[in-house]
Amino acid sequence: MERVYLDHAATTPVDPEVAEAVARVLRDTPGNPSSIYAEGRAARALVDGARAQVAEAIGAQPAEIVFTSGGTEADNLALRGALKVADGRDGLVTTAIEHHAVIDTARDLERHAQARVSVVGVDGDGVVDPVAIREAIDAGTSLVSVMHANNEIGTIEPIAEIGAICRERGVTFHTDAVQSVGALPFDVRVLAVDLVSINAHKFYGPKGVGALYVRRGTRLATIQTGGGQEKGRRTGTENVAGIVGLGVAMRIARSRQATESPRQARLRDRIIAGVRARLPDAVLTGHPTDRLPNNASFCIPGTEGESLIVALDLEGFAVSSGSACTSGDTEPSHVLQALGLDRELAKGSLRVTVGRATTEAQVDAFVDALARVVARLREPAAVGV
Amino acid sequence: MSGGVDSSVAAAILKEEGADVVGVWMRLVPGGADSDAPRCCGTDEAGEDARRAAAALGIPFYALDYADVFGERVVVPFVNAYAAGETPNPCVACNQHLKFDALLADVVRKFGGERLATGHYARTRTDAAGARHLLRARHAAKDQSYALYMLGQRELARAVFPIGELRDKAETREIAERFGLPTATKAESMDVCFAPGDYRELVRDRAPGAFVPGPVERVDGTLVGAHAGIGGLTVGQRSGVGVATGERMYVLRLVPDRRAAVIGTKEQVTRTSYDLGDVRFVAGAAPSDEFTTTAVLRYRGTPLAAAVRVSGNDATLELASPALVAPGQAAVFYDGDEVIGGGVVKPALR
Repeated sequence: MERVYLDHAATTPVDPEVAEAVARVLRDTPGNPSSIYAEGRAARALVDGARAQVAEAIGAQPAEIVFTSGGTEADNLALRGALKVADGRDGLVTTAIEHHAVIDTARDLERHAQARVSVVGVDGDGVVDPVAIREAIDAGTSLVSVMHANNEIGTIEPIAEIGAICRERGVTFHTDAVQSVGALPFDVRVLAVDLVSINAHKFYGPKGVGALYVRRGTRLATIQTGGGQEKGRRTGTENVAGIVGLGVAMRIARSRQATESPRQARLRDRIIAGVRARLPDAVLTGHPTDRLPNNASFCIPGTEGESLIVALDLEGFAVSSGSACTSGDTEPSHVLQALGLDRELAKGSLRVTVGRATTEAQVDAFVDALARVVARLREPAAVGV
Repeated sequence: MSGGVDSSVAAAILKEEGADVVGVWMRLVPGGADSDAPRCCGTDEAGEDARRAAAALGIPFYALDYADVFGERVVVPFVNAYAAGETPNPCVACNQHLKFDALLADVVRKFGGERLATGHYARTRTDAAGARHLLRARHAAKDQSYALYMLGQRELARAVFPIGELRDKAETREIAERFGLPTATKAESMDVCFAPGDYRELVRDRAPGAFVPGPVERVDGTLVGAHAGIGGLTVGQRSGVGVATGERMYVLRLVPDRRAAVIGTKEQVTRTSYDLGDVRFVAGAAPSDEFTTTAVLRYRGTPLAAAVRVSGNDATLELASPALVAPGQAAVFYDGDEVIGGGVVKPALR
């Protein structure tokens, strides 16, 4: 059976050019970037090249890029590292729809009395109100963390306004841009952001590598100790092949964005229109227009997310419910709960995220399969034969 | 798939026959809690074993959560039964409410599936008239048909028991090895799967009232001692009553409203007549209002000659010679190797 992959928010297939670059490093560059001899210098040059590629893609300076093991580590480094040097200003303002890597880190800091956490809610479309952020900031606030685009519902947050507020109040601003970098224009020269989390495997790079942008002058402590790599901000021998893959993936994403994002947005809108036509009671979750170009997410009354995923998997389609990290959990995700959705309705959540290889024919086949599966799931179980 | 060898081999046999097989593991206890009991079929450890077995077979695999319905239909009745002085059979309840109700409904709806295969040692047959029959497993020593007596025509139309057709353990092992199933050598647990170790801890925790001490009496009402709570007692048990009378005495009856345990001699504790409730027949109806059968009173128990008199959902079981069975246990009717039906033993009247 032909498989149709429509879960690009969970991860993306590695671009062949990236895979080749990664393989070449593994094959040909055995050195440790910290070594001073030729093999080490060769590895160092690759890491530096990738650093320049990542920096260029977001308008940063190479020295402002810290490589990590992925988005989760970048988020942990941002939150924990910023609060560690906050000098008594232990206030952390974040939102109810952050990824677990942010919200659970905030809760962990709170539990260990390392932060006072204020969680700001969202409206029914999942949009954070910048005024609410402004009101949550007090004299003891040192860090605000608001994601750029939500991983479950695709809503794009007003981080330009929020960043301006933070700058005005002298508060460090972190944004988890794991879902958006690669899909949306992102320029740190325009946005008042101080810390930005990036994850390679969300834009056709390898898993296990990411980066944290740290604006020059932003105070950040390391959260692990060791050999002092990445100027002591993220110690540990660099994942050279992964870092090279991240750099190449970043370059490709940036060069394709202008054509690829509008193309994906058309596919997204085709899914939304198709679902609305076939399942008129389905509810689109997230903002109707200010959303990631590849994200179509719904709640389908009378179904359960897990059942939808299982049934569609067996029909050949890979989709998810809520975020992949909470699959198997019968509770509606914290994001869907934050939207104020009816609890029963929220159980039937479905996230469809298209990608570079997605075609109109695949999208149409998906809508057909979904309509078929939903009809079956809504029938009472006819166990007898 | 429980993660054990039996359900893995069942999947392997169907896969080999060319069926389109999907593996499902049922989470029966709430997630998050650490798994103290790696042999329990409802914990994460077992779920990982099931996942590996499915991967070895190359079949899709899903871990599905049935913790709520398991708690409601198996654990709560289990605790309540002990608190009421009965001896429940949670495997019967699990087969009835989880595997052949909740899961079967999902097989049809979620998976668009046609059949539900399990790793039970039992067989099914369809006769020329289209009626389904439930039979003992070919490998008699492993037979589990006792715990499936409640299956009716509707369930049997969907049920498949591939390993019930296997001749012996060696054949199961051979298939497991041939498919490289990582579960080929695994100990069989006799614990209650959701209460590893001593089930009484669970009952004590959930129903503390069942562990209030009460009197131990003879049949004539003579007070002979005290016990720690009827939740820890089982009708028919010899030890643990907490009295020394010089002769061997057994728990004859538990009276929850007075928290009393009535004890008696071996002659008093075995009976020929038992009242049954919730009586079910595989064919959908009793063969007749009164019929003779061989009754099995416990898992892998000896068949006993008996007569059954049916009255609505109840029945009276008359055994040819006295035997012991605790209230809450299942009495299953056989005709040779075929399961006719069965019911739940009611508490003895005073």
